[in-house]
Amino acid sequence: MTTKKYETYYVPAQSHWPIVGAVALFLIAVGAANYVTDIKNSTSGFGGYVLIAGIAMVIYMMFGWFNNVINESMAGKYSHQMDNSFKQGMSWFIFSEVMFFAAFFGALLYARTLSVPWLGGADNNAMTGAVLWPEFTAQWPLIKTPDGTETTGMGWYGLPLINTILLLTSSVTAHLAHVALEQDKRPQLKFWLGLTCVLGLVFLYCQGLEYAHGYADEMKLYLTSGIYGNTFYMLTGFHGMHVTLGTIMLIVMLIRVFKGHFTPKNHFAFQAASWYWHFVDVVWVFLFVFVYII
Amino acid sequence: MTTEAIHDSHEHDDHHDHKMTGIKRWLYTTNHKDIGTLYLWFAFIMLLFGGALAMMIRVELFQPGLQFVEPDFFNQLTTVHGLIMVFGAIMPAFTGFANWMIPMMIGAPDMALPRMNNWSFWILPFAFSILIASFFMESGAPNFGWTFYAPLSTTYSNGSTAFFVFAVHIMGVSSIMGAINVIVTIMNMRAPGMTYMKMPLFVWTFFITAYLLIAVMPVLAGVVTMLLTDTYFGTSFFDAAGGGDPVMFQHIFWFFGHPEVYIMILPAFGIVSTIIPAFARKRLFGYSSMVYATASIAFLSFIVWAHHMFTTGMPLFGELFFMYCTMLIAVPTGVKVFNWVATMWRGSMTFEIPMLFSIAFVILFTIGGFSGLMLALTPVDFQYHDTYFVVAHFHYVLVTGSLFSIYAGAYYWLPKWTGHMYHDGLSKAHFWCSLISVNILFFPMHFLGLAGMPRRIPDYALQFADFNKWVSIGGFAFGLSQLIFLVVVIKCIKGGKKAEAKPWDGAEGLEWTVASPAPYHTFETPPNAEDIKGQ
Repeated sequence: MTTKKYETYYVPAQSHWPIVGAVALFLIAVGAANYVTDIKNSTSGFGGYVLIAGIAMVIYMMFGWFNNVINESMAGKYSHQMDNSFKQGMSWFIFSEVMFFAAFFGALLYARTLSVPWLGGADNNAMTGAVLWPEFTAQWPLIKTPDGTETTGMGWYGLPLINTILLLTSSVTAHLAHVALEQDKRPQLKFWLGLTCVLGLVFLYCQGLEYAHGYADEMKLYLTSGIYGNTFYMLTGFHGMHVTLGTIMLIVMLIRVFKGHFTPKNHFAFQAASWYWHFVDVVWVFLFVFVYII
Repeated sequence: MTTEAIHDSHEHDDHHDHKMTGIKRWLYTTNHKDIGTLYLWFAFIMLLFGGALAMMIRVELFQPGLQFVEPDFFNQLTTVHGLIMVFGAIMPAFTGFANWMIPMMIGAPDMALPRMNNWSFWILPFAFSILIASFFMESGAPNFGWTFYAPLSTTYSNGSTAFFVFAVHIMGVSSIMGAINVIVTIMNMRAPGMTYMKMPLFVWTFFITAYLLIAVMPVLAGVVTMLLTDTYFGTSFFDAAGGGDPVMFQHIFWFFGHPEVYIMILPAFGIVSTIIPAFARKRLFGYSSMVYATASIAFLSFIVWAHHMFTTGMPLFGELFFMYCTMLIAVPTGVKVFNWVATMWRGSMTFEIPMLFSIAFVILFTIGGFSGLMLALTPVDFQYHDTYFVVAHFHYVLVTGSLFSIYAGAYYWLPKWTGHMYHDGLSKAHFWCSLISVNILFFPMHFLGLAGMPRRIPDYALQFADFNKWVSIGGFAFGLSQLIFLVVVIKCIKGGKKAEAKPWDGAEGLEWTVASPAPYHTFETPPNAEDIKGQ
């Protein structure tokens, strides 16, 4: 009744990569904690080095681990069922990332629709406004916080719009690359995938320009500029980190394509990278609407 | 554990991958049974450690006045006790059960992603060593309560906050990977014929719990990140002066925190729903209603979070919405309790230790559920909020609920895990000592709370003295009783009466079709689950 091949599910033998990964995360956690503590107390310590060591160890682990997986896959040890495990694992991982962003979008919406109006005396909070900060007027973007920090709102026109077009285009090119791979058209695959990587890099460059623009004296939009600056930089910053990760993944895929990896039927890693890329793209659309436009 | 290793190695000499010996076996393992064992031992060690912290709390509260510890250290004790028990004891114990039992119950050769499984486990000892190490730092351990409300955890926090934040981050990574593994295993690795509605309820509850985990652990990561930037990088998410709101912290935290509560109780429902039918020698009453009730509870858990925050001055509509939604949870929970009772009704009951713990679970968890219903009522919650009534409520659901179900499950499957039966007299002593002492420990807390004793305070008014004395005595007795369990488990691993493949005659499920102890690798070719009848 079932066509699944259960006999061939590959259970790997012992592996030392997970414990390397666990030690790496330990170093990252300890290093980062020491590092931020030192920054706050303006002391110098070893935290930064431990953090870098941890990150290096994660990269080392990924190379080793993925190398094992790629070799096993190329040796034909994986079945269709195994492929499904990877695909489902990746999709639920992306779902968890969605929920991570949801926390920050939640904070943004809460601030905009509840806490800022309440500080201005909305609903039954007239006394909050009158007693705490009588001068404060609620507005969004919050260009003047209750304690008087002033900043400027980032418009949607210009760089953010260009970035939106860049990312949306890159999603299309990633899809075209996928189609080319499935039709076994290697030259097209290389072209579209390469173009996607370039678009991702240009996006990151523009995002850097935008930050420089925000931190310049005429805008004074800092991470510390009240809830508007907080949500702006945290949301776009985490998105930027995800784009960076996604671009690295795509570049790795490009290298593997040039090495002749992947077949029209068997290309989980490529698919995972492409899903991830579509995910960061969708997050950007929400960002563009809720952070920039509205 | 060494005896277990010897058993297996000569049974499986022909097998292609031999397991390593010594420490490398445990560090490098990809075997779901090894990893399950690691999770269970880790959880038990954390339980004893968190219990030791709780006993220090009870020493201080034995009498009114300040005797042994400074108030700041008292706060560190309550905080780390809570964090250890939630993230270090209960959750890893359930993950241990998931690892051991789910592949055997659905007829899979292992978890779907075995290497990632190992990674999920080995992150935990490191994460908790960071958390525990903060006791020895200059500033001391986190002292803002396990719920780390802003501004206690931002403006007024001590120097170890960053360590707390990053420890929680990597715990979250571990939980998310563990949950992904459970979901993928269940969706993709079931034996032919094992349809969703034939799966044991145990598997269903872990399946749904895993969804809750991947939905809310990232939110926890988000909120600790905001806390980190507020404390260290000058943002003002939780500071009204910058346009944020400390109450926003509570909203985001409890959006994680309330599903988290169900993460710690749904697997308990699954374990108890496995054990009660086995010893009542009847089918589980209302299997499909149990599945739907579990799913309803999981869904509702996302829209009740602000019932933890009735006293924060929410708009009236919010108070009412969250009150009604919370009361609605009593419906599917009631379905479960009635189903367990109906399963026992006119069954041929025997009272082995797993059954004793399960029956105690049903009764005592229901007490915890009722006090929860009281807390759900907005107007009366104004009186109960932040009192010992709340402490009594959540200890009834977490200790006599989750922990008792873990004990029930451990006794039920110990023969399968070790190949030996547990010592009968000692395990009875463990059950009765725990049952009596846990009620002396937590029951008087209801009255203390109703009379107005606040939680998380190292000193109290004189009129609370007598009850606190009894609570402390119960606490020491309960804590020491758990050492009996340690002895039972060690004796059971080392020897004892040989267990048959199916030591409980009413037990059902694929795990009882393999030998006891379970061979190192089970179901490399999937069993035929076609003839398993739907429940």
